[in-house]
Amino acid sequence: MLKIHQLHKSYPIGDSSLHVLKGIDLNVEEGEMVAIMGSSGSGKSTLLNIIGMLDEADSGEYILDNLPIKDLTEKKAAVYRNKFLGFIFQSFNLINYKNALENVALPLYYQGLKRKERQEKAMFHLGKVGLADWAKHLPKELSGGQKQRVAIARALAANPKLLLADEPTGALDTKTSYDIMAFIQQLNDEGKTILMVTHEEDIANMCKRIVRLRDGVIMEDKKVNQVRAEQYV
Amino acid sequence: MFKFLFDRDTWQEVYDSFSKNKLRSILTMVGVWWGILLLIGLLGSARGLENSFNRLFGDFATNSVFIWGRSTGMAFKGFQEGKRIRLSLSDAKKIKENIEGIEFVVPRNQNQAIVIRNFLSGSFSIAGDYPLLDQVEKKKLIRGRFINQNDIEDKKKVIVLSEDAYKQLFEKDENAIGEYIQVNSINFKVVGLFKVSKINMGPPIEMHMPFTTFQQVYNQGDQIGWMMITGKPEYDIVQIEEDAKLLLKNLNDIHPKDNRALGSANAGKEIGKVTGFLTGMQFLTWFVGIATLIAGVFAIGNILLITVKERTKEIGVRRALGATPFEIKRQIVVEAVFLTIVAGIFGIITGGWILILLDHFVGQGDDAAIVNASVSIAVVFIALVILVVLGTLIGLIPAFKATSIKPIEALREE
Repeated sequence: MLKIHQLHKSYPIGDSSLHVLKGIDLNVEEGEMVAIMGSSGSGKSTLLNIIGMLDEADSGEYILDNLPIKDLTEKKAAVYRNKFLGFIFQSFNLINYKNALENVALPLYYQGLKRKERQEKAMFHLGKVGLADWAKHLPKELSGGQKQRVAIARALAANPKLLLADEPTGALDTKTSYDIMAFIQQLNDEGKTILMVTHEEDIANMCKRIVRLRDGVIMEDKKVNQVRAEQYV
Repeated sequence: MFKFLFDRDTWQEVYDSFSKNKLRSILTMVGVWWGILLLIGLLGSARGLENSFNRLFGDFATNSVFIWGRSTGMAFKGFQEGKRIRLSLSDAKKIKENIEGIEFVVPRNQNQAIVIRNFLSGSFSIAGDYPLLDQVEKKKLIRGRFINQNDIEDKKKVIVLSEDAYKQLFEKDENAIGEYIQVNSINFKVVGLFKVSKINMGPPIEMHMPFTTFQQVYNQGDQIGWMMITGKPEYDIVQIEEDAKLLLKNLNDIHPKDNRALGSANAGKEIGKVTGFLTGMQFLTWFVGIATLIAGVFAIGNILLITVKERTKEIGVRRALGATPFEIKRQIVVEAVFLTIVAGIFGIITGGWILILLDHFVGQGDDAAIVNASVSIAVVFIALVILVVLGTLIGLIPAFKATSIKPIEALREE
């Protein structure tokens, strides 16, 4: 599903440069649920951004679903993002003047779907996250957990191969976090491949595999016994 | 390519970003609105002014010159300086025959006379005229007719009165046509009444009688007071004036360099100055209007630039969700063009209102300074095209700014 080989990335800082990723090797199979952990500055977000085609690696290989991701034009990157990836952000990143339904329908708009089809699909996904009744509400009228659910529905709308989550529970309280995690686990049960960045141990333990980064290299890569989130809800 | 313009979502996006920033969008549009308002208002007023000039000159062949005889300033061919020059009918005929580009030559005579009717009388300036005069200096007849060819041939004792002369010689509402008045103790039948034009070249004339009758009454022989020469539209009246004067000097034994012997007034030259002024004003109007418009459009670009800066994160999200840079740019340009056009249409409408008000308050009546102030559809269309072009160009600046930031940086923006 996802193959990364000897990935390097550095950022220029003034005259010198900061080497953030120092040769990452990572393989993720279909249906996996992987947590990427590490202290701040370990390069976990950079890795996720490169996987999300929001950023480009300096060197190394990145193959997504047998498709080498290299030297993408902005346009091509946009099409790939739309087709293959779903994003879930820490701060939800909903568009504040669009209601829940419109937010969910946005990736479908960029896929070029007809309005009616978009609305139907978006409504279906909103229903899946249990917010069908909130379709016409603006983000500011929703709670944090509800916002993240809308964001998840949006990430799912385009039916991506890979779900990328950047600290999906970072802005939520513990109860709501578990609630969201239970939902993400359920998505994984249904077969979605999920990659998430987190620095919370309990959240990471709800995944099936933990990859620990430190100073740009993988320190540890182990399978874990998944802790089901439902038991806390 | 332009399919997206008919897409409901494109406009939903425009509406959303507009309604999210109502005050700012409206303030932005004020600039363009003002520019178009000025352009339409000024162009309309300039046109109104032009119309009012045209109305003044309308009765009048603008391409004409008047020539009369004075006294010579130089001795020539044995004649002393100070010889009195009197032009004649044959001079007029020769000018008509020999000079290129002449439409009409109208010889005229004029005199002051006491006119009596019953117990009323007055002193009036009376001209002896050909029917042709009507072609050069349109007579606004209130009643009756002007002198015709029959009158000339039969030397009829008929007369056409000005409205003022009628008022002096007749009672109110009295019918003048067919009545007789006495000019130099000779009875003349009134055949017409005319209204005096606001613009007159030459002396003001209160009564017209047939040229031939005038010749006989005043024993003028072949002599004429002055002649009016009208050039064909495609000929330069200044050149015609020079040619005519040279010919007249030749015919009347005047030194070719004698500038005093012949007096003249060139209507074409004077009117040319006014027309030049109007053209200048129209140019100024376009200049001011378009300059204001450009300033307004720049204001829109400026605001959009700020808007884009504020929406950096949103644009980042959209790109993460699969919006191509082109789609982002297109949306911003559509917003810019939309704002300019809406503001422009408002400007055109309010500009039209201004012209209506102008017409209502200063455009009524015969001596209005501004007549029928208006702009043509072509001008409105040109203004709209300019708006679309400027709106697109100015929209490109924020559009490129929006996509110049990498999506990852845009997302990081707080």
